[in-house]
Amino acid sequence: MPTATVLALRLTALGLLAVLLQVSAVSQLTVFGTNADVVPLVVAFVGLLAGTVNAAIFGFVAGLFIDTALIGTLGLSSLVYVAIGYGAGRLRELRDPQSALVPLAVGAVASAAAAFGFALMQFLLGAEAPVSFELIRQLVVATLVSTLVALPVYAGVRRGLLPALPDDPRRRRRRAYTTGGLSPLSRP
Amino acid sequence: MHDKTIRRRRAVLLGLVVGSLLLLTASFGESAGGGLGAIQRGVSTVLTPVQEGASRALKPVRDGVGWVGDTFDAKGENEQLRADLAQARRFKVDAEALRRENAQMRDLLDLNDRLQIQDMGLVAARVIGRTPNVLNQVVKINQGSSDGVRPGHPVVTGRGLVGTVDTVTSNSAFVTLVTDADFGAGVKISEGGITGTVRPAAGAPRELRMEDTEATDDVRRDDTLVTSGTSDPEFPSPFPPDVPIGKVTEVEDPGSDSQVIHVMPFVDVRDLDFVEVITKMDPSRS
Repeated sequence: MPTATVLALRLTALGLLAVLLQVSAVSQLTVFGTNADVVPLVVAFVGLLAGTVNAAIFGFVAGLFIDTALIGTLGLSSLVYVAIGYGAGRLRELRDPQSALVPLAVGAVASAAAAFGFALMQFLLGAEAPVSFELIRQLVVATLVSTLVALPVYAGVRRGLLPALPDDPRRRRRRAYTTGGLSPLSRP
Repeated sequence: MHDKTIRRRRAVLLGLVVGSLLLLTASFGESAGGGLGAIQRGVSTVLTPVQEGASRALKPVRDGVGWVGDTFDAKGENEQLRADLAQARRFKVDAEALRRENAQMRDLLDLNDRLQIQDMGLVAARVIGRTPNVLNQVVKINQGSSDGVRPGHPVVTGRGLVGTVDTVTSNSAFVTLVTDADFGAGVKISEGGITGTVRPAAGAPRELRMEDTEATDDVRRDDTLVTSGTSDPEFPSPFPPDVPIGKVTEVEDPGSDSQVIHVMPFVDVRDLDFVEVITKMDPSRS
């Protein structure tokens, strides 16, 4: 089966699982008065692992699915998740960061973007709520709670997608060095 | 080749953003019975059994996390509870005399109350999902139009008002909670009959605000808020009267037109497992 098809199938399964897990379980686990949101994390990590285009499409479809499942305003989540996926994908393409803490930082930014992005969109759509200190505090707490689960979510997304991703040149080069056969130093 | 990749990337982004905006515009401007809404309700109907199964399977995990959270909350509530206990002891002495008198009247009223509840078609439901963001406070329950649930029906627990049914599918319904940014209800102070409107305090899931009171209204801490029911037949209330909502915790700038009344809801919307939907409103009661 072509690599692109395998990746598409895995992304579809990942999206379904993430949205179902979010609406059925994670959203009902209250921590510090709020709950984690794993969907923006999954979208951002797809961007980190699979690139801009894949992540933006994944974000659009995941957003569409979650708005459909929760009978929300269609397109709202898609718009926020497309931005998150595209941003994470661009980070990978421009910087390709390798630190072990990158998923945590990306998870925090993605969670903040989702929390504040949804609030902003709902204000733009006419939600009658004052911008108060409590609201800001709740959004910050929601961001922190989501960030707490960033690393396990990243591990799960990586595990799910890695077999379907084209072999990364950097990883292939690193493996070649460690096995010794292709090191420039060993060449005659 | 590189330019082609960039062009493709930008085209995809542009297409997705435009697609999202088109969906947003279509969905936002659509009437309740529109085509997109019908698709959403169809998908939700299909997903409900899956969600219900997942919700049941993950109940032990939720309970575990809830226990940890409750332990932290309990430390903070301990001091308040001690004060409440001291006050309760004082009330107990007064209440004992009233209790005997009340018991005779209660026996008479109990039967009547039970019949009224039966007449109002209570439908018990399990909470099987909720929205993840702060402003949009909605829960999904596992009873829908086939059980008689309709948009606008009030939803309660044993502690008081939970919210109103918003959207309904055949086997599920979405309930807008009292803490949702768009929620509002006519209320009165049960002790003094002062009327007003209750709205959520955005970002504070354990707080409501009573508005539309007058400077002369004497609202005090620990006063109880209940639904006011219908006062003008032209504008019928969706709620029956006297459904408990919450307790006044603080009055800012009392005696002024801008007084802000903080209310703690009796129902903890973060911890809902079972609710009841009032499906038959008796017009004479509302």
